[in-house]
Amino acid sequence: MRLVIVDDYDAVSEWAARYVRRRILDYKTSAERVFTLGLPTGSTPLGMYKKLVEFHRAGTLSFKYVKTFNMDEYVGLARNHPESYHSFMWNNFFKHIDIDPKNAHLLDGNAKDLVKECDQFENAIKAAGGIELFIGGIGPDGHIAFNEPGSSLVSRTRVKTLAKETIDANARFFNNDVSQVPHMALTVGVGTVMDAREVMIVITGSHKAFALYKAIEEGVNHMWTVSAFQMHPRAMFVCDEDATLELKVKTVKYFKGLVHVHNKLVEDHTENTTEERSSLATQLSTEG
Amino acid sequence: MKKQKGAVVRMRDCRILREGRIIKEDLWIRNGHIIDPEVLFFEERRSADISVDCLFLIAPGFIDIQINGGFGVDFSSCTEDSIEEAIALVRKRLVAYGVTAFCPTIITSSPALYHQLLPHIKRSEGGLHGAEILGIHLEGPFISKDKKGAHRLELVRQDLDGGMSELEETYGSLKETAIITIAPELRGCMEAIRYLSQRGIVVSLGHSGADIVLAQEAVRNGARCMTHLFNAMPPFHHRDPGMIGLIAQAKAAPALGQGCLKALASDLTSASAAQEDVVYFGLIADGVHTHTASLKIAYRAHPKGAILVTDAISAMGMPVGRHNLAGVEIEVTGDTAHIAGTNTLCGSVATMDRCVRSFLTATQCSLVEALEVASLHPAQLLGLDRRKGTLAFGADADFVVLDQDLEVLATFIAGQCVWRRDEERTRHFVSTL
Repeated sequence: MRLVIVDDYDAVSEWAARYVRRRILDYKTSAERVFTLGLPTGSTPLGMYKKLVEFHRAGTLSFKYVKTFNMDEYVGLARNHPESYHSFMWNNFFKHIDIDPKNAHLLDGNAKDLVKECDQFENAIKAAGGIELFIGGIGPDGHIAFNEPGSSLVSRTRVKTLAKETIDANARFFNNDVSQVPHMALTVGVGTVMDAREVMIVITGSHKAFALYKAIEEGVNHMWTVSAFQMHPRAMFVCDEDATLELKVKTVKYFKGLVHVHNKLVEDHTENTTEERSSLATQLSTEG
Repeated sequence: MKKQKGAVVRMRDCRILREGRIIKEDLWIRNGHIIDPEVLFFEERRSADISVDCLFLIAPGFIDIQINGGFGVDFSSCTEDSIEEAIALVRKRLVAYGVTAFCPTIITSSPALYHQLLPHIKRSEGGLHGAEILGIHLEGPFISKDKKGAHRLELVRQDLDGGMSELEETYGSLKETAIITIAPELRGCMEAIRYLSQRGIVVSLGHSGADIVLAQEAVRNGARCMTHLFNAMPPFHHRDPGMIGLIAQAKAAPALGQGCLKALASDLTSASAAQEDVVYFGLIADGVHTHTASLKIAYRAHPKGAILVTDAISAMGMPVGRHNLAGVEIEVTGDTAHIAGTNTLCGSVATMDRCVRSFLTATQCSLVEALEVASLHPAQLLGLDRRKGTLAFGADADFVVLDQDLEVLATFIAGQCVWRRDEERTRHFVSTL
């Protein structure tokens, strides 16, 4: 596991976005070689999306050959409802970048047959060759996507009833009216995320500190579903100082000591830059 | 690139007026309509075929519901042989001023002339040939002799006793008529107002000496607008505000004895009257026909009812200098037209874009409000606000591209660029769209 500790929310956003860019560029994407990305929604990754859009606008990153799979979506909420994850992704990310709409996959919470919708999503991930990098956030109770406490750690994409805590927390997005908050969601399973070749979890704020502690300093436990990634061969947590408040000093010191190693992960390799830039320029120029 | 039918056009990074706010947003257009890009992305899984950087302010196209002519022609002076040509000329030239739809206005005329002219003015879509025609505005002849303004006295009609048959005898078919300006004090008028509003024709009160009680009665019978407020009506008096007093109420007050005072009080405080209850009023904001203080008073009293009209005459759009119009020598200066050698104003020569700018300056309203009085409000009056006067999804892609001084850079009708200023900064609109 890697734990990257940076100063604050903005630094987390920047670091995560730079890492995503580094991974996509290093992958040398093309029509035949499409990078698959698992994506979260919510306030934590918002800053990362802003940065990725900036990179795109600056011409240093294209999503032309990137396929995305979103983690979750509410059941029964209109697609164009401002709180739907479709709206979130459109407004904060998709409309600003050059992704092919055919490559953006989101679960349809209004599908007639929800089970079938989930199965098809799993199949689409398989057909895309699996997910190269799955990005996630977590809830204060340590849930990843809508895999609430007690969810199976080998679960697949399915319909979930939301925990009361999550519903209450979401009421602030629905005029503080709990009755308007969807009570069910479609979500990828912990197993679905575990299958990704790499997982990056972004965590910020002191209210997530206990969850981070449970995720990395205690054992694997389905009551803190994010702890499952202790079993993942390539998992990385990117957090701010506030999120480390419940960690042991030893843990924090150890990982902060590795900061120079971690920062290499997001460096622009100068020797490759010219070549990469030119291949990117070719991609961008064919956009029309 | 030639635009194909069904092609999706994306104008990027504009500032657009939507839902009462100016937002930094892209405008997406297909088949002449503004479309919702989220539907395109998530349901059709398509992106834009053509993308253009715009970076300017985009507002709904202007709508002029009262315009008598321009560019040397006067609709009411036409014959059945010349009217179509006159309309064609005006609609073609109006787009240069951001006007994408209008109501050609015929002032008080003889029944014979109505029968000759009206069949030749049809509602028709806009395009490269010019602005859309939303229907005719008939201003007169059922108006007050005392408030006839420049209308010809001998053609003004005294009463409307004959009801609907008299209307039809006078005008002929009203199929293509959108608005009729009437003085409510005429005998038989209330019945005519009921009849016309039931037929979907907007009744606008004007050229009238009516007091407020009568004006309110007309509103209760279906009248929804006042024609060129302050002009050709009694001046405001605090004990008898006249028709002008209607701007103090968002909707018609009930008749006396029906809790009038209470209802009126709630009208004055209620911010949101249902749209159909709003009494609209036309304002000539050319800086000449209505003093800026008056514009401000009317606008402040009832901002949602204000509609900008040019009430322009044939001299609008003519270069500065002397012109012979219908046998009269007139002198056009910057913003006025006088009968040559005199101080007599002979009508408005303001273009709609100039009215918007002068309205903004005069009332110190917000930019959104200055644009909506020329687009959304007239569309609401005509019941067209789902497709005109708005940049909402599904609306007609009729819009105007403006620079920071609100000068028109380009005008679009049904998604097609129908006019643009010949400058470097607008060149890409035409090369790509």
